[in-house]
Amino acid sequence: MTTAAVAVLAQGAEVSTGEAISFWVLGPIALLGALGMIFAKNAVHSALFLVLTMLSLGVTYMVQQAPFLGFVQIIVYTGAIMMLFLFVLMMVGKESSDSVVEVLRGQRLAATVLGVGLAGIVVSAVARAFTDVTPANLAGKNANGGNGNVENIGRSIFTDWLFPFELTSALLITAAVGAMVLGFVDRHTRGRKTQRELVEMRFRGEHDRPSPLPGPGVFATSTSVATPALLPDGSVAPESISRLIESAAAEEFDLEREAVAGNTTPADARALNPSTREES
Amino acid sequence: MTPTYYLLLSALLFTIGAVGVLVRRNAIVVFMCIELMLNAVNLSLVTFARIDGRLDGQVMAFFVMVVAAAEVVVGLAIIMSIFRTRRSASVDDSNLLKY
Repeated sequence: MTTAAVAVLAQGAEVSTGEAISFWVLGPIALLGALGMIFAKNAVHSALFLVLTMLSLGVTYMVQQAPFLGFVQIIVYTGAIMMLFLFVLMMVGKESSDSVVEVLRGQRLAATVLGVGLAGIVVSAVARAFTDVTPANLAGKNANGGNGNVENIGRSIFTDWLFPFELTSALLITAAVGAMVLGFVDRHTRGRKTQRELVEMRFRGEHDRPSPLPGPGVFATSTSVATPALLPDGSVAPESISRLIESAAAEEFDLEREAVAGNTTPADARALNPSTREES
Repeated sequence: MTPTYYLLLSALLFTIGAVGVLVRRNAIVVFMCIELMLNAVNLSLVTFARIDGRLDGQVMAFFVMVVAAAEVVVGLAIIMSIFRTRRSASVDDSNLLKY
């Protein structure tokens, strides 16, 4: 064994200072993200807090001599799974934020007490069982002479863990088919209306008007979308005014509409021009 | 510092996830809490692999990740189909089996 390998083994026998520093930075961040996920009212904020936790856990894996798992954690968990969560949150919509109403009385208090109890039991058990652990460490296996971390994991998967690995493929196929079955919406059985049925419905009066709305700018003094269409008598067609365009606010043309109704002096074909409007 | 601290962190994360499952009412957030619990277990598996000096723990964590991915796909599809029929993602609204 070379001296370098001996040095690596001797150094790997206990936790280095750098790892301790990274733990004391990443551990609180992970805890903060987890707590934020619970306490955030908005579900999207919860998802982002969980992303924070998962990222810091991924870096923790890399520090803990599991570089492959660290990258898989970042790529699969924060990259794929959490983005899937965010997609679903966007589809479900804003009203997905939680209700504050307690359906079961005292449930939150009971859950908190149970949580503190569970934390106390598990933490004390772990702390008692694993005092003064000297890690065997994977430095030897992860070193290039020992074929490296990824190669060793691959060898392990395809020899010792081959059958579970094959079962995994069955599981993934089942999950994909299940997602397709659950997400499938059959639009044909619900029945889409044909064009003829729609026309008959329109003329039966089930819609507001039989014809489509007049387009803006049709028969108007300009081709701008902001310009309303004109009726044969030169007045403004109110249905043609887009509610979305502020420059053509419907109220702006109230004068013309009243003119058509006969309340004021009759409007001429150039009623839209503001200068001529002032003169008349 | 010993690797035990990683196990303690994992225990705390698991507890937070469990409390979240009990407390939150939104089905998607409940699902995220389950993911947090799976992550906590992964952290302890990685730590055990390191303490033990064998890679089996890391392989198991890898399998946990695969199962979690499959579970998320199916679970979110179920949540979506429930949302489509009931217009709600709250776990309180899916109570047809109660009475």
